[in-house]
Amino acid sequence: MEQRHFDRELLELKEKLLLMAAKVEQLIKQSVEALIKKDAALAQSLFALDKEVDKLEIDIEEDAIALIARHQPAAGDLRFLIGAIKINNDLERISDHGVNIAQSAIRLAAQPDLKPLIDIPRMAEFSIGMLKDSLDSFVNNDPDKARAVCRSDDKVDDLKDQIFRELLTYMMEKQDSIGRAMDLILVSRNLERVADLSTNISEEEIYISEAKIVKHNVQKGK
Amino acid sequence: MDQKIEIKDLDLFYGSFQALKAVSMPVYDRQITALIGPSGCGKSTLLRCLNRMNDLISEVRITGRALLDGVNIYDRSTDVEGLRKRVGMVFQRPNPFPLPIYENVVYGLRVAGENDKKTLDQTAEKSLKAAWLWDQLKDKLHQPAISLPLDQQQRLCLARLLAVEPEVILMDEPCSSLDPIATAKVEELMLELKKDYTIVIVTHNMQQAARVSDFSGYMLLGEMIEFGETKTLFTNPSQKLTEDYITGRFG
Repeated sequence: MEQRHFDRELLELKEKLLLMAAKVEQLIKQSVEALIKKDAALAQSLFALDKEVDKLEIDIEEDAIALIARHQPAAGDLRFLIGAIKINNDLERISDHGVNIAQSAIRLAAQPDLKPLIDIPRMAEFSIGMLKDSLDSFVNNDPDKARAVCRSDDKVDDLKDQIFRELLTYMMEKQDSIGRAMDLILVSRNLERVADLSTNISEEEIYISEAKIVKHNVQKGK
Repeated sequence: MDQKIEIKDLDLFYGSFQALKAVSMPVYDRQITALIGPSGCGKSTLLRCLNRMNDLISEVRITGRALLDGVNIYDRSTDVEGLRKRVGMVFQRPNPFPLPIYENVVYGLRVAGENDKKTLDQTAEKSLKAAWLWDQLKDKLHQPAISLPLDQQQRLCLARLLAVEPEVILMDEPCSSLDPIATAKVEELMLELKKDYTIVIVTHNMQQAARVSDFSGYMLLGEMIEFGETKTLFTNPSQKLTEDYITGRFG
């Protein structure tokens, strides 16, 4: 049978979601890059990228709702559309966290370094890796890869705690470090949220592929 | 959940053609069970087995069992007329008798020898009310039934069935000649009726099966490919053949 119109529309939706994912991944990467290189102009340029992501989010949501209304999808198609709506939402949130990091980067670029950045780039590498893997798992319908992402979330949480403890000592030592330390804590908090949302994307991939609801450490479905 | 009907390894042959192949499935009490599948898959044949309507066709041979409350309806001792009273059927096209509305509804009782006007009146009112027709028809009970619009005719056929107090209602594409508004009314009515009756519906309209039924069976070429809760069948079917059919990729 020739490819149905509905299948083409599902594919188009997936392509739009991947386009959005690529923009979000770029945004997070560059926000961290701007932070590390103290590149305020790069950080500034990311706000426009976030606007593009916001526009795509609305576009994808409208398309998905229209497909559900017009085709009454079932089984795998239904799970894909529900998953796509949620991933769409997660990606938009990740983009917002990138914007938050960019804002911290702009503030920090104007001030002397508090300390050499070691753990934050590591944490960023981890979080961005989780985002990339979660998106790959979605693209390739690979629930095993998605499960691996869910398992790696603890590592990022540990790094965040470690960064917090270290920055606390700076703040206790020198009062004028508080503003910069707070910004770095916010960056780590934003990176931790990126990892959490990547875990959500992975959970949605598992739902799409296997109809299993795996979240809050609860597993439902067969 | 109690099984009202249990179908076990049912085979049906039309001459040398095998239309049903070792079909097994439960029909749960006071639930709506939908049979879905492409044309010619055997779903209407299976439905007609449940009140032995296929007996009327020559050269039909049936093996296996269909238990109604634990008793095989294919036992020699089965009173077929009694069975059809317990397991009634609504057809694709409304088929009111060329009689007044009232006479249509009380027909089954009259055939059974009931002539007490009060009993007949009470039954007519109760049945028409149950089919959501009483308010519209109470002042024209003596008009010909065939003058009614199609959806009212279909619900009148249902009222005629309810008058003989069946336990199971079989519906063979009951909405295929109705528009969406009339279809919605019949579906609402089905959901209301399942409080008191066990319903089995054959439908080509998958959305209808998804909307109204509690359990669904997907049939293909005389076989029951998958049977399960409608919720599961339409979100996570276990068989690829089912998934292909309900997502429209069949063929």
